[in-house]
Amino acid sequence: MYRYIIKRVLLVVPTLLGAAALVFLLMRLIPGDICVVRLGSGGGTFDERAVAACHAQLGLDHSMFRQFVDFVWGFFRGDFGISMWSGKPVLTEIAARFPISLEICILAVVVANLIAIPLGTISALKQNSPIDLVIRTISIAGLATPSFWLGILFILAILDISQAAFGSPWMPPIDYVPLWQDPVRNLSMAIFPALTVGYRTSAVTMRMTRSAMLEVLREDYIRTARAKGLIERIIINRHALKNALLPVVTLIGIEAAFLIGGLVVTEQVFNLNGIGRLFVQSVQNQDYTMTQALVMLVVAAFVLTNTVVDLLYAWLDPRIRYA
Amino acid sequence: MTIAAPETADLPVTIDYVPESQRSPLRRVWIFCRRQPLGTFGMVIVVIMAIAGLCAEWIAPYSPTANDFAAMTEAPSWAHWLGTDQFGRDLLSRIIYGARTAMIVGFSCAIIASVAGLVLGVGSAYFGGRLDLYLQGVLDVVMAFPLIIMALAVVAIFGTGVHNVITAITIPLIPRCARVVRSSALAIREVPYIDAARACGFGHARIILRHMAPNVMAPFLILLTAFVGQAILAEASLSYLGLGVQEPTPAWGLMLQGGAEEYASTAPWIAVFPGLAIALTVFGFSLFGDALRDALDPKLRDR
Repeated sequence: MYRYIIKRVLLVVPTLLGAAALVFLLMRLIPGDICVVRLGSGGGTFDERAVAACHAQLGLDHSMFRQFVDFVWGFFRGDFGISMWSGKPVLTEIAARFPISLEICILAVVVANLIAIPLGTISALKQNSPIDLVIRTISIAGLATPSFWLGILFILAILDISQAAFGSPWMPPIDYVPLWQDPVRNLSMAIFPALTVGYRTSAVTMRMTRSAMLEVLREDYIRTARAKGLIERIIINRHALKNALLPVVTLIGIEAAFLIGGLVVTEQVFNLNGIGRLFVQSVQNQDYTMTQALVMLVVAAFVLTNTVVDLLYAWLDPRIRYA
Repeated sequence: MTIAAPETADLPVTIDYVPESQRSPLRRVWIFCRRQPLGTFGMVIVVIMAIAGLCAEWIAPYSPTANDFAAMTEAPSWAHWLGTDQFGRDLLSRIIYGARTAMIVGFSCAIIASVAGLVLGVGSAYFGGRLDLYLQGVLDVVMAFPLIIMALAVVAIFGTGVHNVITAITIPLIPRCARVVRSSALAIREVPYIDAARACGFGHARIILRHMAPNVMAPFLILLTAFVGQAILAEASLSYLGLGVQEPTPAWGLMLQGGAEEYASTAPWIAVFPGLAIALTVFGFSLFGDALRDALDPKLRDR
């Protein structure tokens, strides 16, 4: 087990270094001089000194190798530089927006699993029945529906329902209040984006739960459990579902990708000032230091999640670590 | 001793049985439709959207960019079947022309990405050794970027517009195809007929193109259909964020960007129909792709 853990953890290093190299190279592929592009985009005039100052600030006056080492070292220390748009440290900007995105992520995972696991199980138990067909259609539709459109539909529904119920339209609040200060306000803000992102994410988990459940239900020990006269509920909950959910754990990694993608657009729909919105704004404003830091952070989070998932799976399923 | 005849009584017996390899393409499509009703439904949606995209000029009742300031945010009527947007543009016409943008982006991304993935995957598996190791390392790194994040990073560099959007979506799709193709190709490399081809003195290109590539066509085609849907969805997301296709090109994501939220309570059709077009098209491609997978790869059936 220890050998597996060490091997898997060591694999993170080259992947992250490779990702850092890719991000570093991508940001240097920008046609022309970043500083000139940036300074000139406002339409104003600028002189050589402004460009030189910008170069010095970004460390562009050093050699490529030195720049890369500085980039990786800065990332390692948590120093991502200064935002080219706001002039504030990148880390401060990210830290301010982190709680809201994290909260939506956690809620979305809860929503996704609450939808996916029961529906996936029912779908497997009633394989090829009309219920199965309906659930599978819901799941494929979840993958096909863009999360921003779902968000817009939610807003439409909220407006219509509140109009009908209270006589005046109501919209969820957009400014972040910590959960412990005002739970109602906090949840009324976070729940709709979480539902939007969660539904899409649930589609993948639902399919996986269904197929894993179908496989487990054909195992001998399920037949044995039935033969010895156990109640169906116990067979499903204690024997089948427990084993079927094992491979579902591996999906957390894929879910993470869905969550990130979902957040980027959903925060835009609900006008929430989170990491996803910051990302889009940084691309729109040509804030390259911010874009670079955010891409790197997202990739690091994604790679680490996948590593933890792999380790978790090896711990849960002994067949993996002894293979 | 008598041997019991196999129980074939309840199996459907086709008298005019023709081996799969000798069936005409039309007959194959017919068999696919009969066996995969959901997939056929998906195929119908895909075909309708493709025709809408190809023949937009003849089908669309109005120009997609013509403003009619006398008919702004007009509800669906006989004159404007799906209503008009805040600039008085006919929504149906914009959706039909939007199908063209979606199809161009969807198919370009999917075809370029899967062909590049096919070449990389089969090549990597065939040559093996160091090349395979390094290539897989690079592809693993690209795979560490979630699709939309990579696409946004590429847009940040090259800027917006149809061509850049195609580049932005194609790059993250390539390793996803290469990896799947490689794992299928690895199994084929060990098959005796590849050794036989080598023994005959055939060149690498001939072995790869004539003997290996045709054998990974099943996963390749399945991925290709899946990619079209993913690319259409990604394009819509980018356009919605204002970082994809730009006005005045009609695109579904773009139609949801401007007025959809602002006019949500007064003109909900602006928000509903373009999104429905995206969802329906991607849904069609997913159903078709799933059915194709079942038809081409019997091992994956019932999953």
